[in-house]
Amino acid sequence: MDDWLTFILERYNYWIVIMLMMTGLYIVFARGNLVKKIVGLNIFQTSVFIYYITIGKIADGTAPIYMGGELDGGHHGPEEGEAAGHGAEAAGHGAAEAGDALHAKIDNSALDHGNELKDALKHAPAGEGSEASLHELPEAGGKIANNMGDHLAKTPAEAASGFDMNGASDAAHDAAQAASHGAADAAHGAIDAIVYSNPLPHVLILTAIVVGVATTAVGLALAVRIREAYGTIEEDELETADEIAEFGHNAGAATEAGAGA
Amino acid sequence: MNLIAQLPVLPIVVPIIAAPITLLLPPGRAPHLWASLFSWLTFAACIALFMQVSANGPISYELGDWAPPIGIEYYVDLANALVLLLVSGIAAVVFPFAYRSVQLEIDERQTPLFYGALLICMTGLLGVTITGDAFNVFVFLEISSLSGYALIAMGARRDRRALTAAFNYLVMGTIGATFFVIGIGLLYQATGTLNMADLAQRLIGQDNRMISAGFAFILVGMGLKLAMFPLHLWLPNAYTYAPSAVTAFMAATATKVAVYVIIRFIFSVFNFDFAFIGAAFTYVLLPLGLAGMFVASLVALFQEDVKRMLAYSSVAQIGYMLLGLSFATVEGLTATLVHVFNHALMKGALFMAVACVVLRAGSHSIHAFAGLSKRMPVTTWAFIISGLSLIGVPLTVGFISKWYLLQAAFEAGHWYAGFLIVASSLIALAYVGRVAEVMLLREPAEEGKYAMPKEEAPLSMLIPMWVLVAANIYFGVRTDLTGGIATRAAEALMAMAGGAP
Repeated sequence: MDDWLTFILERYNYWIVIMLMMTGLYIVFARGNLVKKIVGLNIFQTSVFIYYITIGKIADGTAPIYMGGELDGGHHGPEEGEAAGHGAEAAGHGAAEAGDALHAKIDNSALDHGNELKDALKHAPAGEGSEASLHELPEAGGKIANNMGDHLAKTPAEAASGFDMNGASDAAHDAAQAASHGAADAAHGAIDAIVYSNPLPHVLILTAIVVGVATTAVGLALAVRIREAYGTIEEDELETADEIAEFGHNAGAATEAGAGA
Repeated sequence: MNLIAQLPVLPIVVPIIAAPITLLLPPGRAPHLWASLFSWLTFAACIALFMQVSANGPISYELGDWAPPIGIEYYVDLANALVLLLVSGIAAVVFPFAYRSVQLEIDERQTPLFYGALLICMTGLLGVTITGDAFNVFVFLEISSLSGYALIAMGARRDRRALTAAFNYLVMGTIGATFFVIGIGLLYQATGTLNMADLAQRLIGQDNRMISAGFAFILVGMGLKLAMFPLHLWLPNAYTYAPSAVTAFMAATATKVAVYVIIRFIFSVFNFDFAFIGAAFTYVLLPLGLAGMFVASLVALFQEDVKRMLAYSSVAQIGYMLLGLSFATVEGLTATLVHVFNHALMKGALFMAVACVVLRAGSHSIHAFAGLSKRMPVTTWAFIISGLSLIGVPLTVGFISKWYLLQAAFEAGHWYAGFLIVASSLIALAYVGRVAEVMLLREPAEEGKYAMPKEEAPLSMLIPMWVLVAANIYFGVRTDLTGGIATRAAEALMAMAGGAP
């Protein structure tokens, strides 16, 4: 009971998308008034806008406005490209799987050099937020790694105790130290690292919104011209008017069409 | 800056810069000359690009020096070089042709807007073809479609039904484009990339419901744009009531570009490892292609309006293209590519002949064609030769298309499809023959609505039209040109998709 309720509630944004999409399409098909059709078309397109915004969301991510600091630096070179690739691959897999991978990696590398942890963090960008895993962007992989490194650096003890390690608390402490070092390296001293939402879908949808506005404008302009030419914007009346013009009958609506023309 | 290195971007940049300048020109002759000049420049760039691709293999161009997959990439291989050549070539012929026809059908004050929109429409179509970025396809598609809606609506000066036709096209086209965007969004969500080559890489092994849904959205969205049989309802009215020159241009290019996009997505982005591609071939493209061939041809047979008849025939011809595609063989794909090219040549010439008749007779009803051979013999024979090409008579391009298609059908083991192709060609013979009979054997109307002076269309229209008619014959005789290129392009695409050779 609770499971499916959570399942539904957690994906409320997708439900909004689906509801708007169906509403919009229904209006386009069901309404005979041309302006209402355009309204339906707009609702339909809005659902797609929301869908794209949903794609761009990264768990705990803030608005993609550059705040300065940790984004520049050496590790945004070629290796980030790789991290990005991994991020994208991880997207297809389940979040749990990715989380497990993170655990395993940390188990192995905790006693090792921090560098390995850095890699582990980078290669498992989906461990932190299950939502994030589906909303991966190439660049985001590195950023999430940064964030998680930051998370570990801030709370070494809790982080360490959270991992399934067999050592004593000293060992855990050491591991946490190593982890925090590695993480600090990875994050480039990012004490206040920021996770950004993926801006790309937003950029894309801005383009789509421009296209949508242009379409609406053309559509409404056509509706105005149709009203000028026919005197109506109701689809069935338009059809009747055309039939009269072509075949000269359908007397019922003749006066209306005559008045319109 | 080396101009040759910038070659792939020229077919887009040149007309898109020229288009807004058109609006500043004084109405009348100037916008037409300007647009024609730039259509030729674009054509020249496309020829150069085609030569280069044909000799040196695919070209990748990084827009603004941003390396793909982050940046937008223009990717030109033989398949889209052929479509680029086609679109710009048709534009280079139709733009000069348009002048007298537009003079009659469009308000002179609107000519800068008209030619500006025409240039933008061409740019959009070229952009869809050249880009290697999935989202870019959508943007260019909408650039061409939006200007297309406006161009079709300009037919309202002669017939107000152009307005409702354009409106319906707008609604259906927008739904199609939005479906396409949803599909792209699903793919992006699954892979995190928009570059087509990169998408292909990352899609490998990801056969899940999200990818299938993405493909379905793309197929249906593009199906609306290319007027796949049950989704074709916008096309007949739009082509019938649009200004004649616009019909000639759009019938020859717009749907072809959408067919190309489907080919590109099926073969370059997805591949045959996905079970749903095979299912789409067997259960969607094959039956709908066959149904389109017959239903649309039969409907065309009963049209009183020649333009509308040719529009329905276009829907039927798209059926052939989809049919060739659905065989999923190199031969089938070759047939589709050849037919994309050839159909543009024949439909371009046919609609141009109709434009000539409209210029003199003022109507595209079949009654206006009565006794046309006595009034306008040059136009009549252009129509008849292109019509023979449409049927598929030897020595014309139509025959080459049908030949490749039949060969592909038999090799793929769909022998019944082979018979159906011949049968539907017979329907084409009937509807073209009907117009030919009216043109050759009927007496021209001496008085009344369809009476017209015994005057041939002006040379500015006859020359471009006969260029296309000559192309119909030339490429029908020199079969190695289109066939050879299409085979190479098909083999390259098939290799990308990893299908059986």
